[in-house]
Amino acid sequence: MKNKKEMSEEKNMLASRRNFMKKVAMAGVAGVAAGWLPVTAQAASKVKMGFIYVGPRDDYGYNQSHFEGKSAVAQQSWVKAFDEESVPETIEVQKTMESMINLDGAQVIFPTSFGYFDPHILKVAKKYPDVMFLHCGGLWDANKHPKNVGSYFGYIDEPMYIAGIVAGLTSKTNKLGFIAAIPIPQVLRNINSFTLGARSVNSKITTNVVFTGGWANPVKEAESANSMADQGVDVLTCHVDSPKVVVETAEKRGIYSCGYHANQSVLAPNGFLTGAEWNWSKVYSDYAEMIKAKKTIPNLVRGGLKEGMVKTSPYGKAVSTKAKAAADKVKDKFMDGSMIVYQGPIKDNTGKTVIPAGKQYKQTDIWLESMNWLVEGVIGSTSS
Amino acid sequence: MQKFMPAIMITIGAICVSLWLFGMFVTAAGAGAFEVFYTIYRAAFGSWFSWQNTLVRAAPLMLTALCTALPARMGLIVIGGEGAMVAGGVMAAITGIALNGMAPMIVISAMLITSAIAGGMWIAAVGALKYYRGVNETISSLLLNYIAIAIMSFLVIGVLRDPETLNKPSSSHIGEANMIGAIGESSIHWGLGIGLIVCLILWFVMRRTTFGFAADMAGGNLRAAQISGLNVGSMLLLVCFAGGAAAGIAGMIEIAAVHGRLNVSLNSGYGYAGILVAFLARHNPVAIIPVAILLGGIQASSGLLQRSHDLPDATALVLQGIIFVVILASETLYGKPILAWFRSARTYQLTSSERLN
Repeated sequence: MKNKKEMSEEKNMLASRRNFMKKVAMAGVAGVAAGWLPVTAQAASKVKMGFIYVGPRDDYGYNQSHFEGKSAVAQQSWVKAFDEESVPETIEVQKTMESMINLDGAQVIFPTSFGYFDPHILKVAKKYPDVMFLHCGGLWDANKHPKNVGSYFGYIDEPMYIAGIVAGLTSKTNKLGFIAAIPIPQVLRNINSFTLGARSVNSKITTNVVFTGGWANPVKEAESANSMADQGVDVLTCHVDSPKVVVETAEKRGIYSCGYHANQSVLAPNGFLTGAEWNWSKVYSDYAEMIKAKKTIPNLVRGGLKEGMVKTSPYGKAVSTKAKAAADKVKDKFMDGSMIVYQGPIKDNTGKTVIPAGKQYKQTDIWLESMNWLVEGVIGSTSS
Repeated sequence: MQKFMPAIMITIGAICVSLWLFGMFVTAAGAGAFEVFYTIYRAAFGSWFSWQNTLVRAAPLMLTALCTALPARMGLIVIGGEGAMVAGGVMAAITGIALNGMAPMIVISAMLITSAIAGGMWIAAVGALKYYRGVNETISSLLLNYIAIAIMSFLVIGVLRDPETLNKPSSSHIGEANMIGAIGESSIHWGLGIGLIVCLILWFVMRRTTFGFAADMAGGNLRAAQISGLNVGSMLLLVCFAGGAAAGIAGMIEIAAVHGRLNVSLNSGYGYAGILVAFLARHNPVAIIPVAILLGGIQASSGLLQRSHDLPDATALVLQGIIFVVILASETLYGKPILAWFRSARTYQLTSSERLN
C-alpha cells in the first residue's frame, strides 16, 4: 500500500521544495517501517488488526468489553492484534489510526468509541482506501460514506429486557433505579427495555432514572446510586461507560444490581443479579475469519442475542429459581426470533400512546433508533 | 546569550534528571529504558510522519499555555485555559453556523475574532474578580472551567443541537468551505501557524514593549508599580484578556480545523496540558514553542509505547509528571552559587533581575 502511494506521488512529482519534503517524509516513514521489521517479520502474513478505546482497558465496562474481544481474537496464531487505550475523540485518534497503518501495517482498524466516526474515521478512511475501518455504533450509510468504512452494533436492549425480568422478580420494594449518562436514543431504549422487561412480570414496578450528563462521571454516579438507595430503590442498573461505581455502591448499600457492557459479578458477590454484555469476542473473530478468507466484509453488521452479538451475564447467587426460569423462557424466545420487545399497546410515561395496539416494531426497525420517550413506569424525563 | 545560559542549562539538566528517573520507572515496569527512549524518539521525531503527529498535538498547547503564561508574568496563577478554550470554541461554532454561506475568509476571520473575545472575556473576568474583589484567581479560573463545559453541554444538547446527531449530540456543521485546511501537503492544519504567530506577537509585547515591562514590574512588586503611577488594574485585565484570547483561539482551531461541529469532544484536556507547558517554559511566550513541541512529542509517543512495549497509556503521563516536578524543583537552583561555575562574576550580579524570567 505504501509503495503504491509512493509511486503515485512520484508521478505527480514537481520540482518543488514541498514535494521534496514530502518525499523525505515518505522515506522516513518507510525507514521507520523497515526498522520495525525484525519484530514483525514472521508476522508478515498475519491478519493485522488495530483496536482503539476511548478509556482504560480495565474499566469494567465498555472499553474492557472491547479489550476482551481483542484479547480473544489475538489468541489465534494467524492474527496480530494491537491496541491503544484512552485515545480522545480529537485529532489524536486520527493520528493513532495513521500510526497503526504506517508503523504496524494494520489492515483493519476498530475505533470503538461512538465519537470517533465523524469526522475522524471518515477523514482517515479517505486517505487510506486499502484499509478497512470498522466502527462500533452503526452509522454507516451507503449513500454518504466510503466503501472501506463499516459499522457493527448489537441490540443490547435484549439482554437488558431479560435483566429487567430478573430485577422485577427480585425487587421487594418494586422500585428499580437506572443511572444513565445522557438522554440519547440508545440509552432511552435500554431504560425502556429494562422497564418493559420488569413490568412484564410485575406490573407494580417503577424505574427511577437519573441522567448524570456524561459517560464517565463517577462522582455523580455514586451520588445518584446512594440517593436512589435512600429512596427505597433495591435494584440498580446503569448505562455509563463504566458500571463499576454503580455496582459497587449498590453492593455497599446492601441492594441488588444488574451489570452492563461487561461482567461485573466480581464487584458485587452478594447482590449481583445478571447483566447485559457485549460479545465482541465473537464479532471480532468473525471479522478476522472473513479477512483471512479474503471475503468481502459487509459494511453493516447488526444483531442481538440470536446472532451472538450480545449476551447475558451469568446469574448471581441472589437470583431465585423462579426468576431464572422466567428469564430463560424469554431468552429462548429471543434465540428463536419470536420475541418482540416493542409491540403495542405501549404508553409513554406522560400517558400518551406511542405504539398503538396491534402495531409492532422489530429490533431492526429504524424507528426505534430515534427513540425520544420513556415508557410508562419510568420516573424521570428525557430533558433532565 | 550569556544571560540565558543558566535558564537553558538548568532546564536541560532538569530534563536529563527526569529522563533518568523515568528510565528507572520503565525498568521497574519491566521494559528496557533505552529501547523506550528510542521508541519515544522514533514516535515523536524519528520521521516526517512522527513530526506531523507531534506538531499537530503541539499546536493547541502553544495557545492554551499562553493562558497561564501571560497572567503569570503579573503574578497570577491562572489555570482556566480549558474553560477559555471551550468558551472560544462555543463562540466560534455559533459564529461559523450563523455566517455559513458567506465568503470563507470572512467567516474564518469572524470566528477568530469572536473566539478570541469570548476566551479573553472569560479570563478577564478572573482578573477582574481578583483585582476588584480579591477572589483567588486559581480557584475562580478552575471553577470557571466547569462552568464553560456545562454551558457547552447545555447548548449542544439544547438550542444548538443538530437533530440529525442522534447518539452524539452536536451542533450543525460550520460548513466544509469554512474549515481551516492543512499546511501544504502535510496533515498539519494551519492552527500550528496561528499558534506560532500568536506566541511570537505576545513574546514581543511582553518582552520588548514598555507595556510588557510594566506588567513584569507589577508582577515583581505590585506596590512599587502602583507607586510609580502604573494603572495596575487595567493592565491586569488586559494581560488576562490576551491570555484568554489565545486559549479562545485554540478552541476556534479545534472547531474549524478538526471537528467542524461543536460537541463535548472539544473538552479534551488541552487547557490543562497548557498549564504544564507554561510552567516548563517559565512563562516565556517564545520558550512555549519548543516546550509545546516537546510535550506534543511525548504525547505522540504514547501510542507506540503502548503497542510496542506493552506499557499502560499512563506511561506518557508519568513522564510528563516527572518532568513537571523536576523542573519545578529546579527553580530553586536559580541564583545559587553552584551556577557561578559557568558564568562570570559580572553576570552573576544580574541574578535578582533574572528571577523575573
